[in-house]
Amino acid sequence: MSDEVTADIQTTHILDLAASGKRVDGRGIDEYRPIAIDVGFVSTADGSALAHVGDTAVLCGIKLEPGKPFPDTPNAGVLTTNAELIPLSSPTFEPGPPQPGAIEVSRVVDRAIRAAETIDLTKLCVTPGEKTWVCYVDMHVLGHAGNLIDTALLAAVSALTHATVPAKRFAIADADYALDVQHLPIECTFVRLGDQIVVDPTFDEEQAAQGRLTVATDETGRVVAMQKGLVGAFSPEDVKATVRRAFVHGDRLRGFVRGGGP
Amino acid sequence: MIPLSGRYIPKPGDVVVGTVTDVQTTFWLLDIGAPRWAPLHMTGTPWKIDVGETDRYLGVGDSVVVQVESLEATGRIGVTMNGEGLGKLEGGTIVRISPARIPRVVGRGGSMIQTITGQTGARVAIGQNGRIWVDGDAEAIRRVTEVLRMIEANGQRSGLTGRVESYLLATTPTGERGASGPIPPEDREPGPGDGADGAPDEPAWGGDSADPSSFGPADE
Amino acid sequence: MGSVGAKEVPVLLTPDGRRIDGRRLDELRALEIRAGPLKQADGSAFVEWGANKVMAAVYGPREVHPRHLQQNDRAVIQCKYNMAAFSVDERKRPGLDRRSQEISKVIGEALQSVVFTEEFPRTSIDVYIEVLQANAGTRCAGLVAASVALADAGIPMVDLLPAVAVGKVAGAIALDLKKEEDNFGEADLPMALVPQSGRLVLLQMEGHMTEEELGTALDLGVGGCRAIYEKMKAALRDRYSVAPIEEAAR
Repeated sequence: MSDEVTADIQTTHILDLAASGKRVDGRGIDEYRPIAIDVGFVSTADGSALAHVGDTAVLCGIKLEPGKPFPDTPNAGVLTTNAELIPLSSPTFEPGPPQPGAIEVSRVVDRAIRAAETIDLTKLCVTPGEKTWVCYVDMHVLGHAGNLIDTALLAAVSALTHATVPAKRFAIADADYALDVQHLPIECTFVRLGDQIVVDPTFDEEQAAQGRLTVATDETGRVVAMQKGLVGAFSPEDVKATVRRAFVHGDRLRGFVRGGGP
Repeated sequence: MIPLSGRYIPKPGDVVVGTVTDVQTTFWLLDIGAPRWAPLHMTGTPWKIDVGETDRYLGVGDSVVVQVESLEATGRIGVTMNGEGLGKLEGGTIVRISPARIPRVVGRGGSMIQTITGQTGARVAIGQNGRIWVDGDAEAIRRVTEVLRMIEANGQRSGLTGRVESYLLATTPTGERGASGPIPPEDREPGPGDGADGAPDEPAWGGDSADPSSFGPADE
Repeated sequence: MGSVGAKEVPVLLTPDGRRIDGRRLDELRALEIRAGPLKQADGSAFVEWGANKVMAAVYGPREVHPRHLQQNDRAVIQCKYNMAAFSVDERKRPGLDRRSQEISKVIGEALQSVVFTEEFPRTSIDVYIEVLQANAGTRCAGLVAASVALADAGIPMVDLLPAVAVGKVAGAIALDLKKEEDNFGEADLPMALVPQSGRLVLLQMEGHMTEEELGTALDLGVGGCRAIYEKMKAALRDRYSVAPIEEAAR
């Protein structure tokens, strides 16, 4: 329970603006806020990245530790993702067990990372059936100004791309080596504001939204995850148009992950 | 320690912008950005309301301009909607800035807010709690919002009014009446030593109702 | 990155009184404090102290949740200290653990002793401390961050609360231990000082030292706190002095 209430006139204003193709912060309907990614922010992690989309900030840290493979996949490594919507980042987050919002962010990001085969899990296997690397992807929301999902995946994929397998430290090999990343999934989130479907919603736009749609794409032209959230509906035509836009944004955002901007 | 930021701490007499968070049979609870929700009793309104009928007048999410009347030792904040310039807000939107910046938004002698309303044609109601109601056409609201962000980021700088004027002149839509009209005279900026409390006793409303020229569009 | 296999104790103190990172016994690690980095919070601070990175945010005074914690005559301070899973060499399982709960409690109580809580009856002041990267002394870094964040939130206080840990390393009393010193040292003594009164509002000790050593440690810690106090005040002055012109142009 938070003491934050969105004023109805603010919601109405957002919807009125959208009807004429405008947004509160002056952005276009199909425009992201400024993006910045700071790789290697945390030296205790095996890979890390702090991603900013506007005032939304997510810090992702990668940890690799030896463990046991699952019995049904003896030749594959284990990937675990976890998002913490810590109360530090927003007046609307509470302490305690993970809220549904945190679980949704975790799972939507997890699905994109897995489906895109971002890392080849078979390469994490050390001894089939006995020993494998467990790759932990922990995401910490530090600022929530809207669109957590896209920001979280940007942080996660950037951290994975620059991660090191600590093989020497765990006496599994003579030297550490770079984690092999084979694909780069990017999630693009849209919300419906009346007849408009706008990309990269702010916190206030999410409060006013009549439905949210997240589309994950990778660099090979595959759609690797989708998630419809919030109360509202999208037609199949809406979805198709949104997927097309997600590919265009995805190609640009991948530039930030690889480093050096779009 | 003099707080230069943080939550709004109410003072009797402050005019504030609030949003209804709860409706009870004889009162509403308002979020005014203060440490606690402020009860607005039905007798503190210009309406004749029967017990249990409060929800016909204001519902959750509605916004109002009210005045802080009393602060009790229990932390209760008493507010009223009876008074000039107080009432329910219709249309427009609410922009939130740090309450510590409100004196700069008003400006010395109301000069800053006169510049803003004069150059944009927007209607503005300033709450001492850092919540500012802005109404007008979409472009006017956007320009005022931009100016408020500018003031928030540069509250300690001098020469702010000049910068705000330059921005507003540069963004004046072509053909708008008043674009070439007289600019309110440059105010005397508070010196650096005045800090954020340059004009603590200005009227809360951007347009004091006694002075309509500073409330509505100046060129109407 | 620590070495899992290594068991041998590193050289913690050279004969000429230099520590593992070249510091003298009474020298602090590099400390940088930034006030107000988080826009969503009522107050915030980011502290980089040696290899520690700690963020703190303050929300409030605001309505109390859960309700039964409400106090009729004052504000309650609810403090939550948390370590990110990736903040330490061996991944920490996310969520509450006994250590974090204890640290949250002692930090909260230290803050409660300097905040004028009676000014805000029936409200809550929520203090969140997130350790993003840990290298010994995180509770002190967290308390320094929380204290600056409270000031940034405009919450009235007696004074800021500088904090530092003093320890015993290779038989010598040393200020502001880093990880290796903490792991292999003989004692750890975190403390927080109210500079105005000269009193301590947080004090814990793990390990062992003699009465004489304890006296030396306390004096060393108080001196360290006074130096940290100056940096805390400077961080707040920076935040509330003239903003860079570039920011205005954005």
